Amino acid sequence: MLNFSLISSEIFLLAMTCIVLLADLFIPQRKHMITYALTQLTLVGAIIITVCLYCVPNIVAFSGLYIHDTLGSVLKISIYAVSIFVFIYSRDFFRQNDMTGGEPYLLGLFSILGMSILVSAYNFMTLYLGLELMSLPIYALVSFRRSSQMSTEAGMKYFVLGALASGILLYGMSMIYGATGSLQIDQICTAIGALNQPHALILIFGLVFVVAGLAFKLGVVPFHMWVPDVYTGAPNAATLFIAVAPKIAAFGMIIRIIVEGTGSLQIQWQELFIVMAILSMLLGNIVAIAQTNIKRMFAYSTIAHGGYLLLGFAAGNALGYSSALFYTIAYAVMSLGGFGLMTLLSQKGASIESIDDLRGLHTRNPWLAFMMLLLLFSMAGIPPTVGFFAKLGLLQALISADLTWLAILAMIFACIGVFYYLRVIKVMYFDSALDNKSFVLSWDVKLAISLNGLVILYFGLFPSALIILCRGVFGLV
Amino acid sequence: MTNFPLLSTLIWLPILGSVVLLLIGHRSVMTVKWLAMIISIVSLLLCVPLWCGFDTSTASYQFTEFASWIPSYNINYALGVDGISILMVALTTLTTFVILLASWNSNQHNIAQFFATFLLAQGMMIGVFAATDTILFYLFWEAMLIPVYLNLGMWGKEHRVAASIKYFIYTFTGSALMLIAILYLGYNAKSFEMTDLWTLKISHDLQDLIFIAFALAFIVKIPMWPFHTWLPDVHSESPSGGSVVVAALMLKLGVYGFLRFNLPITPDISSFLIWGMIILSLIAIVYIGIIAIVQTDMKRLIAYSSIAHMGFAVLGAFMIYIIIANTGNAQIAYLSLEGALMQMFSHSFSTGALFIGVALLSDRLNSSMIKDYSGLAHKLPLFAVLMMIFALSNVGLPGTSGFVGEFMIILSSFKANFWVTFIAASTLVIGASYTLWMYKRVFFGQVTSEKVQNIRPLYKTETASLVILAILVLFFGVYPEPLLSVSHTSVANLLAQALAVKTI
Repeated sequence: MLNFSLISSEIFLLAMTCIVLLADLFIPQRKHMITYALTQLTLVGAIIITVCLYCVPNIVAFSGLYIHDTLGSVLKISIYAVSIFVFIYSRDFFRQNDMTGGEPYLLGLFSILGMSILVSAYNFMTLYLGLELMSLPIYALVSFRRSSQMSTEAGMKYFVLGALASGILLYGMSMIYGATGSLQIDQICTAIGALNQPHALILIFGLVFVVAGLAFKLGVVPFHMWVPDVYTGAPNAATLFIAVAPKIAAFGMIIRIIVEGTGSLQIQWQELFIVMAILSMLLGNIVAIAQTNIKRMFAYSTIAHGGYLLLGFAAGNALGYSSALFYTIAYAVMSLGGFGLMTLLSQKGASIESIDDLRGLHTRNPWLAFMMLLLLFSMAGIPPTVGFFAKLGLLQALISADLTWLAILAMIFACIGVFYYLRVIKVMYFDSALDNKSFVLSWDVKLAISLNGLVILYFGLFPSALIILCRGVFGLV
Repeated sequence: MTNFPLLSTLIWLPILGSVVLLLIGHRSVMTVKWLAMIISIVSLLLCVPLWCGFDTSTASYQFTEFASWIPSYNINYALGVDGISILMVALTTLTTFVILLASWNSNQHNIAQFFATFLLAQGMMIGVFAATDTILFYLFWEAMLIPVYLNLGMWGKEHRVAASIKYFIYTFTGSALMLIAILYLGYNAKSFEMTDLWTLKISHDLQDLIFIAFALAFIVKIPMWPFHTWLPDVHSESPSGGSVVVAALMLKLGVYGFLRFNLPITPDISSFLIWGMIILSLIAIVYIGIIAIVQTDMKRLIAYSSIAHMGFAVLGAFMIYIIIANTGNAQIAYLSLEGALMQMFSHSFSTGALFIGVALLSDRLNSSMIKDYSGLAHKLPLFAVLMMIFALSNVGLPGTSGFVGEFMIILSSFKANFWVTFIAASTLVIGASYTLWMYKRVFFGQVTSEKVQNIRPLYKTETASLVILAILVLFFGVYPEPLLSVSHTSVANLLAQALAVKTI
């Protein structure tokens, strides 16, 4: 069935991206604000369309290539919404760091289109297309600063490893195709269920390869090596971009392939996720302690958070998936704020690199420091912030799945993690500033960062609406 | 008036008030000070209807408030007080008031933020005591770390950073397993209401594990040996006021937790654990007491003395099992439990006041080392008298509030086990030696140093804060009846819960 209205948000996004692409050719470089405005307009429009389509019942369209469901809609709305903030935070950075012109916005828009396709794909083909469309612009974005050695190196590293991971993923998909004879998610699921030997070796092999590819995209141990290098090497705005929306898309991809596609192999993948979750929490939290570069520290913290996210899959029940969704959204908002502040504070060539660059932020700009405080406490999972309820949901899911030992382990790693978040707070609040140069921020940036921080506080006090939304996606009341 | 959300007001008035304080910032120091003071006085006054309207004949929660908060997880915004928590709520508001009074003239930078951390801590602390939903309890319990951490880190002394991080990590790690235990119990009880958890039947082995999970959190918070090392550091680095919050209020959370969770939820723990707790309390009383004697810093000395005193409270709470096993007399066990409550209540006054006193001195001479002082009684006679009262209460002299709790615990445990009582009673000697020896060195003798000679007299607000506490110490020392009668039914109910069999 060809129901084009279902994919109207993607069509709109594509059309607008092409318009921006064309318009950018004719707009002089100094008027790049027009490109910026068009980009934001595109994203707002995409949100509106997705919201309008939200109540359309779940349906598989385009001969099984595409699915419209609440999960896809929720993920898409989150991706668009965080991307709006990403561009607000990055705007001044682009301008001040020779990333003028429309290219960064265009690359971003194409990548967002890819994510949007990825989370609604219902066939391995569309899924892979979406994944590549998401990744390729990001490689370019990471190496955008051609003159910087760090940036090109990061881009190269990301590209080579990313391509390898895509290859592994594709290889795994081909094996699953070989075993089940189908590329469509639900048919794979029924085919595996109908197999005489459901644990056929080829399926297991395929599954392991697919999981490895996904783990790479999510950046969890043992496929995490690219994360710190890419996060550190990329320009701050690019780091911000890859740290936020792609994580939401990666979550969607895991749900589609693993949970919906190979659900009957749960016993097999559950163990994989448990091992990866433990390793990521362990390595991420411990190695982050040793970092002096703040982007690198956040990179390891991302690895640890990836581990927490996987706990939801390790639990292997609807409660777990809904908690993981909650965690994904909460984490996206937190890292949006965290990396966003890094981008904002890197003004006039003075890039924030080391943790000490934040010294005395409290006296230089109390409000920004307070926002950062909220973000850090939220990442550490301390109430009253949304990070606490994100962890709470996961722990509850683990306990309901009889994995209390894993919950205890997760809590212990969380305690280790508290240290490096506290250290940043210490630097901001207890140390005196090196210079008293205050930061110049325009009103919309201030509004955005305030909104970002207060959302974390709001959902830390009233998480119910978001929890109900996430549970509704997985059919829980 | 009956539907007025008294407890919510008590929690949120200081929290929202502190937000206003932060917004005013350093534009007007006097506005900030007065606003903080008014908020604290209003909360203190709000305790009057709470106290008067409290029905002492029932052990169930009163002034309850209920709102569905996170229905998907069965978590509710449920508040209420019983005879135990009402004491703690009143204590919290009173202590904050006294702290603000004593810090009125302090010349801290960012005074708005300084006062805001106290108000935040007050609101969250009342939240801990008033929460009847365990997740809400945990939420306040952890959130409270933030204001105390900032208070210590921003206004503390030289080594404040290390102390603040130590404090945060220690207490956060301690309570990590408590969250798992709460979630586990809540999952099995299909509810996070405290009273629902009390009725849960749990197998014997599991009770031991859950006991340990909770006890770790509370042992760190109290703190008890061997997890006490954060407390002296925190106290010696705290700004004036900060150490009073920690000593007079935060330490109580640990004992309160034992009374709320460990005793009623896991009453059938193995005797190994019970004896473990008793031995830890005895170590706190004797070993920590001896450590206190050799301290050269007054703040550290009082910090160690609080550990010893809280050890007494824990001893009272866990002796009930020994008393029941050896004498079978619930009346004596009741006396012991009530003694624990009294000990924890009166300790706030004496230790809080001692910390205020030391803070006043170190504000003036910029030192809290004993050797820097001598002959203060000649210079500040009224201050010396007041401090004498607190020192005597710290020793546990009859006629002061410190006596009541210790006496009740010693008296009741004597019937059950001679040697435990014998060791515990040594506190009367040890406590007297460290307190009075410190007092002698600081207040008596000749004025030797120039600085002491020119010491600035006390401000009226500072004197007032100490006088209030001195009156309370003497009043409750002579007439503890109001405290006993308020908590009577609740303690009896708690004892019944703690002695019930709750295994499957």
